[in-house]
Amino acid sequence: MSVKTEDFDALIIGGGGAGLRAALQLAQSGLNTAVVSKVFPTRSHTVSAQGGITCAIQSDDPDDRWQWHMYDTVKGSDYIGDQEAIEYMCREGPKAVYELEHIGLPFSRNPDGRIYQRPFGGQSRDFGRGGQAARTCAAADRTGHALLHTLYQANLKAGARFLNEWFAVDLIVSGASGAVCGVVAIDIATGDVTALRSRVTVLATGGAGRIYQSTTNAHINTGDGMGMALRAGYPAQDMEMWQFHPTGIHGAGVLVTEGCRGEGGYLINRDGERFMERYAPNALDLASRDVVARSMVLEMLDGRGCGENSDHVMLKLDHLGEDVLNARLPGICELSKTFAHVDPARAPIPVVPTCHYMMGGIPTNIHGQALQVDDEKGDSVIDGLYAAGEVACVSVHGANRLGGNSLLDLIVFGRAAGLHIEEHNRSGDLPEANFSEEDLAPALERLGRLERQTGESVSQVREELQRIMQNHFGVFREGDFMREGIAKLDTLRGALDNLAVSDTSKVFNTARIEAIELQNLFEVAYATAISAERREESRGAHARNDFTERDDENWLAHSVYHPETRTLGRRSVNFDLNHIESDEREWFEPQQRTY
Amino acid sequence: MLKVSVYRYNPETDERPYMQDYELEIPGGRDVMVLDAMHLLKEQDQTLSFRRSCREGVCGSDGVNMNGRNGLACIVPLSEVVRGNRLSLRPLPGLPVVRDLVVDMEQFYSQYEKIRPYLIHDAPPPPERERLQSPEDRDKLDGLYECILCACCSTSCPSFWWNPDKFLGPAALLQAWRFIADSRDTATSERLAQLDDLYSLYRCHGIMNCVAACPKGLNPTKAIGQIRNKLIASG
Ligand SMILES: Cc1cc2nc3c(=O)[nH]c(=O)nc-3n(C[C@H](O)[C@H](O)[C@H](O)COP(=O)(O)OP(=O)(O)OC[C@H]3O[C@@H](n4cnc5c(N)ncnc54)[C@H](O)[C@@H]3O)c2cc1C
Ligand code: SF4
Ligand code: SF4
Ligand code: FES
Repeated sequence: MSVKTEDFDALIIGGGGAGLRAALQLAQSGLNTAVVSKVFPTRSHTVSAQGGITCAIQSDDPDDRWQWHMYDTVKGSDYIGDQEAIEYMCREGPKAVYELEHIGLPFSRNPDGRIYQRPFGGQSRDFGRGGQAARTCAAADRTGHALLHTLYQANLKAGARFLNEWFAVDLIVSGASGAVCGVVAIDIATGDVTALRSRVTVLATGGAGRIYQSTTNAHINTGDGMGMALRAGYPAQDMEMWQFHPTGIHGAGVLVTEGCRGEGGYLINRDGERFMERYAPNALDLASRDVVARSMVLEMLDGRGCGENSDHVMLKLDHLGEDVLNARLPGICELSKTFAHVDPARAPIPVVPTCHYMMGGIPTNIHGQALQVDDEKGDSVIDGLYAAGEVACVSVHGANRLGGNSLLDLIVFGRAAGLHIEEHNRSGDLPEANFSEEDLAPALERLGRLERQTGESVSQVREELQRIMQNHFGVFREGDFMREGIAKLDTLRGALDNLAVSDTSKVFNTARIEAIELQNLFEVAYATAISAERREESRGAHARNDFTERDDENWLAHSVYHPETRTLGRRSVNFDLNHIESDEREWFEPQQRTY
Repeated sequence: MLKVSVYRYNPETDERPYMQDYELEIPGGRDVMVLDAMHLLKEQDQTLSFRRSCREGVCGSDGVNMNGRNGLACIVPLSEVVRGNRLSLRPLPGLPVVRDLVVDMEQFYSQYEKIRPYLIHDAPPPPERERLQSPEDRDKLDGLYECILCACCSTSCPSFWWNPDKFLGPAALLQAWRFIADSRDTATSERLAQLDDLYSLYRCHGIMNCVAACPKGLNPTKAIGQIRNKLIASG
């Protein structure tokens, strides 16, 4: 089968916050670029982000410092976030947030006209000594919507080119040079397959929360970029680190933002007790997400959960009053009425820890360049490949992400990737993209195998996968039980090559897309399973009943999953500080983590 | 068993669209969302195509016509639309159908692009600082910026059906007003001038279908009225 080819200087796969921020940079650069997105950009998952974007812009507190934000982030990461990257993000953050305002983002405002900031979990002043900070910049509780639409609008203004409802299937890797030379993609509306040849490719495909049964993530969050990278043989870092958000609506999975607790809401158990007082006496309900989620599960296991099965707790908001709820949390009131049948001004919302965010991803440097990691030879840049946003692991989140830090990650590192590509172009360093027919063969063969009308049912295999992940790799984990889970995944793998796609037409064939997405989900799930089983300690979001302590001696390190051997290696954490004065450096050394 | 009748059209095989009937068992007889029911249908019949993403009413992917009413399938419970145990699902009216429940949104998007949906500001922004905006000025954007471009409004508007290329339609006009109303935008007079022809704005006859259809509770008719007033005031 021969396919059409189209040429680009730079391709951005993904039209969420990270992709659109990178695109904005490149649209102004004169390069021949396009954004490839499987949905119209404003339908990307970034639109769902509610609470805000965390950044020390000194609006709520004129004395706030990016160094304090950095301290919180390093501590939140349980010390395996890369400090060079965290420093870069916290320091460059204000610039990136102001840019968003300049292009029109309708932030909520303080009486003095500056951007409104609200308290979020894990935030402190003065290196944890000055009490709760309010550092999350918000547009009511629709910050992601405001951010994504504003970025899309700015891209329209800049004349960016979009390939909307195009689905990227696989990376094209040149057998001759080893460089990434674009992607094979399907135009969903016509079903046509095209080789998009490009000198650089930026993966900004977002998360993969759909590996779990219960998730706050959109249906489209199927880890396609991770799947593409893993199939190309590239490593995945810290894949055991999945954030379970404390407040997913019980039964529906839909999120209610941490901003609810930031505005003064709190969690109660069946006795009406504010139980976080026992687990985090200082930060209470605004402790880090991993801490709050575990406390909730312990309450439920101890029989103090709500409902007949003690399977959720309650988020109390009614004491805030209708005015605050309508002004600050209008979207939450809507979601709660629709999905929990509860008006938060009158009754508490039933909530449960729910899969939310993938801290792991494709390892990159602070320019967004994707890295190959060799246990002996160390890191090397993968020519032609960048990654930014949730799919990437530049590692600003380490073992646990702080709320509001993802949106910041998107725009800071989306921008950084764009800047780096621009610079390389100016200095004539963009690689040439040359591939042969043979380099396309793996992707085309894979597509060919999805033309069978009989075989395993996509929806059933997907459900089974999600069940395995939910049961064996949830909030609390245990070796034996995880090994059982891995065995089940090994059995399931066979089904992946034998999926039935009974829709044989070309035009808008979503059955075919769902089958490819399922294959991607599986790769992500498998990497998660292996990484979780091998990391024999508890750190951040990774909590093991059989290894309950953090083990800095052996595991103050990133885990690196190698897809070809299905083994786990380690990569050292970056502790380089470039802009922290020597008298403040001690704050960033690993300490006991309490809230 | 719920009886669901679905608009089917595949340009590769069907000369014309037709309605296909399905019987659907909802597990536990629960009151699920229409989108959940559509997913169950797709398990029965993989060839049924529709769009969806967030499943919580914020991305605007799954605008469909449910028993004659436009809305987002993911936030409309069956109990709200099913009548006499029947549900009929059709694509949003007035736009060309790509396949089944998937419409071609190109016209809708191009009307949106026409109103220049981005902030225009003459003076360069302050370096390393945000532009200031009072909470009162910011409040003027509420009820406007929340639009999710789902097209439920424009595809319920008769004026848009007849002139989808010339009449901008409620969604685009709501966004036009969003930028005129923004204290940070300095292109008000150009924006108004652009709307001051026979079709772009004035084809709206105040029928308010758009308001009834908007799943986000927004009010395009009011925004259109505000643009008119502003045009009159600016003479
Ligand atoms: C409910 C919810 C609320 C949240 N709230 C906050 C918050 O308040 N603050 C915060 O900081 N973070 C928040 N987060 C996290 C944050 O929203 C996400 O991490 C972030 O939006 C991810 O952005 P992204 O650009 O990486 O990817 P996404 O926005 O997910 O975009 C991915 C893009 O890739 C495209 N794509 C994917 N696969 C393919 C393919 N195969 N071919 C072509 N295109 C493809 C998609 O079409 C899409 O355009 C929240 C997350 C959730 C789930
Ligand atoms: S009020 Fe105007 S825009 Fe709204 S439906 Fe009627 S004619 Fe269309
Ligand atoms: S105004 Fe309402 S109905 Fe119209 S596109 Fe926007 S959100 Fe949808
Ligand atoms: S799926 Fe996003 S609005 Fe319904």
